[in-house]
Amino acid sequence: MKTNYLMLHTITRIVTFIILSFSIYLFFAGHNSPGGGFIGGLMMASGLILLYLSFDLKTIKRVLPFDYSTLIATGLLIALLTGFNGLLFGDPFLTQYFDYFELPILGEVELTTALPFDLGVFIVVVAITLLIILTIAEDDS
Amino acid sequence: MLYTVSHITLVLMSLSIAICLYRVFIGPTIADRIVALDTTGINLIGFIGIIMILQDTVAYSEAILVIAILAFIGTIAFSKFLEGGVVIDRNHH
Repeated sequence: MKTNYLMLHTITRIVTFIILSFSIYLFFAGHNSPGGGFIGGLMMASGLILLYLSFDLKTIKRVLPFDYSTLIATGLLIALLTGFNGLLFGDPFLTQYFDYFELPILGEVELTTALPFDLGVFIVVVAITLLIILTIAEDDS
Repeated sequence: MLYTVSHITLVLMSLSIAICLYRVFIGPTIADRIVALDTTGINLIGFIGIIMILQDTVAYSEAILVIAILAFIGTIAFSKFLEGGVVIDRNHH
């Protein structure tokens, strides 16, 4: 049966960007309000899952040529290196440093080393979710 | 005033969720159940909105968006399974 996915494709092209920007908002909002690396990663994974649902495995694999098992290792490495950063200055493992900086557009911002740690969590959550779902989807029975 | 109206709305909305769940249980076809579950999700969004008014907070606004996104993606996944038998295609269709 020949099916036509025009409506689904058009809606996906708009909605995916809304979901992805919402996930990035959740990631940066996590310090002072609900959100953070975990739920942000899950939302980004669900935005990418919407792409996989609407199009197909081959097309999206060509658009997003990531090896998700390498991404898991990268995320864990980022989180671990953020923890070891404290050891360089003679402080305990996973010590958090923060300071206030004057950025060009944003004005005064509080930058902490908890952000790279959260980035590691974010990458690991996205990669693990997509790896599980795509491994099941590619399974030949 | 707002307090009373909010509570009346909560009762009506839970009635609406109960009716949707009735359709989920007895629905003759799978499509009936899918649409009823989607409507339940939409009702839950309204529920959380009213509770945000009652508790005088904006802490749940992210939860509303998350539920909306998950209901949308879940409904699309179910519909693709119903139509083609697979959720994620391998090649061009």
